[in-house]
Amino acid sequence: MYWLAHQQMDRLTATLEDAGYRIVGPQVREGAIVYDLLADPADLPWGVEVEQGPGRVRLRESGVAACFQWANGPQGLKPLVFAPEEPLWRVERDGDGGLRFRATLPDCPPRAVIGVRPCDVAALRLQDRHFLGGGAAPEPHYASRRERLLLVVVECGHPASTCFCASTGDGPGLREGYDLRLTELEGGCVVAAGSAAGRRLVRTMGLPEVTAAQASARRALLARARAAQSRRLPEGLVEGALFRRLDHPHWQGPGDRCLACGNCTAVCPTCFCHRPQERPSLEGESERVRLWDSCFTPEHSYIAGRVLREAVHLRYRQWLTHKLDGWYRQYGRSGCVGCGRCIAWCPVGIDLTAETMAILGEAS
Amino acid sequence: MNPLLPREAEVIGRDQESPTIFSLHLRFTDARVAAGWHFEPGQFNMLYMAGIGEVPISISSDPDDEERFSHTIRVVGRETRALARLQPGDRIGVRGPFGRGWPLERLEGRDVAVVTGGLGCAPTVALIDYLMHRRRRFGRVAIVQGVKHSEDLLWRERYDEWGRRPETRVLLAADVVRGKWPGIQGPVTALFDRLELDFGNTASVMCGPQPMMVAAAHGLMERGVVARRIWLSMERNMQCAVGLCGHCQFGSAFVCRDGPVFSWPELEPLIHQKGF
Repeated sequence: MYWLAHQQMDRLTATLEDAGYRIVGPQVREGAIVYDLLADPADLPWGVEVEQGPGRVRLRESGVAACFQWANGPQGLKPLVFAPEEPLWRVERDGDGGLRFRATLPDCPPRAVIGVRPCDVAALRLQDRHFLGGGAAPEPHYASRRERLLLVVVECGHPASTCFCASTGDGPGLREGYDLRLTELEGGCVVAAGSAAGRRLVRTMGLPEVTAAQASARRALLARARAAQSRRLPEGLVEGALFRRLDHPHWQGPGDRCLACGNCTAVCPTCFCHRPQERPSLEGESERVRLWDSCFTPEHSYIAGRVLREAVHLRYRQWLTHKLDGWYRQYGRSGCVGCGRCIAWCPVGIDLTAETMAILGEAS
Repeated sequence: MNPLLPREAEVIGRDQESPTIFSLHLRFTDARVAAGWHFEPGQFNMLYMAGIGEVPISISSDPDDEERFSHTIRVVGRETRALARLQPGDRIGVRGPFGRGWPLERLEGRDVAVVTGGLGCAPTVALIDYLMHRRRRFGRVAIVQGVKHSEDLLWRERYDEWGRRPETRVLLAADVVRGKWPGIQGPVTALFDRLELDFGNTASVMCGPQPMMVAAAHGLMERGVVARRIWLSMERNMQCAVGLCGHCQFGSAFVCRDGPVFSWPELEPLIHQKGF
């Protein structure tokens, strides 16, 4: 492992740029941390911390010269690979009524994402299984966005009160699945390379090895971050646990509070539902676009003139049983990576860990 | 091949089956596509009309017909209304075939009960054609069709013709009977005592409204049909057809990819649950 001092952060961005990557990184925008093209490492969220609770997100000044002292923003990697709006194809009409279909694949330059959280790497792996391994063939739009994505992960030293990645096994540290891995300590970051591309970047940057004290400070930070998490998923949450409790009276509770706004599904890094939209032009061409969708809309369960899940508690039950149970059979594990976004961004603060505890009859 | 991209097909024929039900006969315009295209009875296609949208429709034609494939459609919404206006020579986009069809090899050597309700007969027509062309591989066949109104019955001649085949019975039921009707008034399950099948060696395929299929599955199991030999074609909100968009999930199954045909034991844990 190596050491990258805070004042040398531009060495990381310059090396990535020289290697041909466009850099995406966390930045403060409109009261939240968002991932977007990063023009300058000075635009990282220096001195910012985020206070999160059920239905609550507030940025604060930390008074500390560090840039990764927060847990997460509303989005992780999902919009970068599974675009909120993705043109799929266009169709043109020729003179004799014929239809010409033309796929519109995104043209993605190599991108390096700085500040990826371990929970978001876990979510990316799940989305990979869905979009690249779920169907008969890899989904080509996701595949072209995913292909040249370089991950500069930052291990989590400052979990929010909504975080529970330690209980899902997806954080706060990360052993594999990254190109570069940073762990932010006072004055800089411990750097590890997890791929051939990552090792090349580390060599180019010419970083010094970490000291024994820095290495042990990293371990201590992760242990503290793990211990600081108070939320968890229930022990009894195994495959079939929720599907066996569909008649539990507690489903009605969150259903009564839920506004069916779809915020939870929009911020969830593993939710994959999407719907097509037809965009005809006056010239006779038509574009087929796919948009993120949510199982909290009544249209989601529409069939032949009726809606299967008219009642909101049935939509909440659909979401939670899929996320925490259906995924096991579909993709070999729970669909929750413990990021806590659905808790923080829910306008009425519904907490899936508490609801699941209640349904499984465990005390939180 | 990009499974999300439609291919052009031409309407080569159209039949008005009833005031609200019509059939489209189609062929891919690219001869290479047409030549390499096959489907299994019980599978479906996505039919696309430029500027309007796409809709999943089961394939109702004879799977041995290499000249064309057909869809029988009831007008229920925007897309099906537009499909109803198509005339021979018009072009549409077609993706497919998709899904898991009827378990043909698991039916061989057994008596077969085909139980359908309403327009549910359309997806089973391809299967019945398949059975009739290979009649000796199967035992006795009972075709049980239920409709709401007696005048809703499509393809009366076809039922008559199937009923004349050896070892093949056709039984009809209507909730409301008007005029001359060769069947009973009541639900399809009221016909189950007249099936004359060896229930211990019977497989059943079903398509139609879910409550009808559930009642029929229970009716057959009470008579000794083994649960794992009962197959239902499920309808859910299929939009992408390749197990990606998430709308058609039934528990952990993607109906478009893992179905639409499922065995009773696969469905049993959730089929009585509202909201799935």
